[in-house]
Amino acid sequence: MKKKRRLSMIGTGLFTILGLVYIAPVLVVLMNSFKKKVYINKEPFILPNEKTWNSIENYVTAIDKYELLDAVGWTVFITVGSVLVILVCTSMCAWYITRVKTKFTKALYLLCVFSMVVPFQMVMFTLSLVADRTRLNTPWGIMIIYLGFGAGLAVFMFCGFVKSIPLEIEEAAMIDGCTPLRTFFNVVLPIMKPTYISVGILETMWIWNDFLLPYLVLDLNKYKTISIAIQYMKGSYGRVDMGAIMAALILAVIPVVIFYLACQKHIIKGVAAGAVKG
Amino acid sequence: MEKTIRRYMPIFVLPTFCAFILGFIIPFIMGIWLSFCEFTTVTDAKFVGLSNYVEAIKDTVFRHSFWYTVLFAAVSLIVINVAAFALAMALTQKMKGTNIFRTIFFMPNLIGGIVLGYIWQLIFNGILEKYNTALGLNEWYGFWGLIILVSWQQIGYMMIIYIAGLQSIPGDVMEAAQIDGASGIQRLFRVTIPMMMPSITICMFLSITNGFKLFDQNLSLTAGEPAKMSEMMALNIFNTFYGRTGWEGVGQAKAVIFFVIVVGIGLIQLRATRSKEVQQ
Repeated sequence: MKKKRRLSMIGTGLFTILGLVYIAPVLVVLMNSFKKKVYINKEPFILPNEKTWNSIENYVTAIDKYELLDAVGWTVFITVGSVLVILVCTSMCAWYITRVKTKFTKALYLLCVFSMVVPFQMVMFTLSLVADRTRLNTPWGIMIIYLGFGAGLAVFMFCGFVKSIPLEIEEAAMIDGCTPLRTFFNVVLPIMKPTYISVGILETMWIWNDFLLPYLVLDLNKYKTISIAIQYMKGSYGRVDMGAIMAALILAVIPVVIFYLACQKHIIKGVAAGAVKG
Repeated sequence: MEKTIRRYMPIFVLPTFCAFILGFIIPFIMGIWLSFCEFTTVTDAKFVGLSNYVEAIKDTVFRHSFWYTVLFAAVSLIVINVAAFALAMALTQKMKGTNIFRTIFFMPNLIGGIVLGYIWQLIFNGILEKYNTALGLNEWYGFWGLIILVSWQQIGYMMIIYIAGLQSIPGDVMEAAQIDGASGIQRLFRVTIPMMMPSITICMFLSITNGFKLFDQNLSLTAGEPAKMSEMMALNIFNTFYGRTGWEGVGQAKAVIFFVIVVGIGLIQLRATRSKEVQQ
């Protein structure tokens, strides 16, 4: 028994070291975000000292000059809006195509499954043309694009869950005089809550971090997401401001960490559930 | 009941259906068609048969990116799955702090590819600087850099899936093996791994397709430096479209080839590991 306890202690110790190594890259960036820009490339692993300390100047530059807070705002707006649209529309669609069996619904289901494996590069050029032509190149319009391109996974996961709901519950509601709409929102939706959370988290992780789709679809003179803003800072001509980039990276990581710590349990469950179905 | 629901078709299905047509079906069909055309905008598209595909296959940079991607997908598949499986095994033992460790290992997964690329660029260049070199000077620095980056990002994700799989193995099976005198290694290879095949299938599928589709990390970490030698397929396609005018048709043909490869490999892999799954 004693031996086992010691083994577990050693395990904890080892994993503590491994865990620290694991988060070290983020800490290095955090440390460098407080240094003057000329010292970042030269000595990235040394703590800031009197000579290199730049207090919060880098953050001020990132926010003032590169409008990073706007980018964070647009990213939040696009992510939250798209995820809500996806959740409402695809869950309704999934319920309908599992409950009504026609050739059309079967074909739609198969197409959704098919769309999950198609890499984005296959449609990126034509999708950006379609978005331009239909004037969907705004943060509002991109929600429709996300609904279309993200429908596959969401419909698939919701369908998997709807199949497990016993039909009797819905029949009872309909016999009591509920319209299909009321049946869906008052009976089916509450039962599906865990699936809503799983799908919501998977789609949030995807849209928040997505770079290429908004890069090609959005009107970049007006709207940028965080990933696009950071890519612009690095890719713009002239001197690359390493200090501002470090600050921008930290500003991009903070919302993610907050989101993660706030709903960690749901995220881990959502990933496990998504994998079983996928 | 079905009949009453059917009358509500427009409300339930139409929004998703229209968006799906707009966001997937039209671009997909147009993409296939345009891969046989020469164009800069869609209106001036001219049918040219298979010549785009011929150009794409003749392109040595594209061929290089293909082998580079295959190698990358294979190496990352092995590294990620072995490490994630080992971590999952360790973190399901009785030990203090397993939950905190799971939290830490999963965290990088939530950070976006562009951000990840720049975080690691700083680290790698900081180390390589000491040896008077840099990430953009050697395609293999970029290769191993990407492997480390992607492992860091995805090990936690796969670990969560493996942990869910391990926890679903019924305890009595393990007990029976133990009573029959199976050693630790025997139990791992004869009981745990066969019982875990569904999780292994999923994780291998995810990591191999992720490896093939990798784009953001490639763009931000190396951007193809030196001289497009660390360019993977997705980035090569992007650069063909937007890097030089007149090559859009070839880009689209490459995209179709890419699509066929990704779907093909996914299917082969699924079939290969599914056949090894055991019924519980």
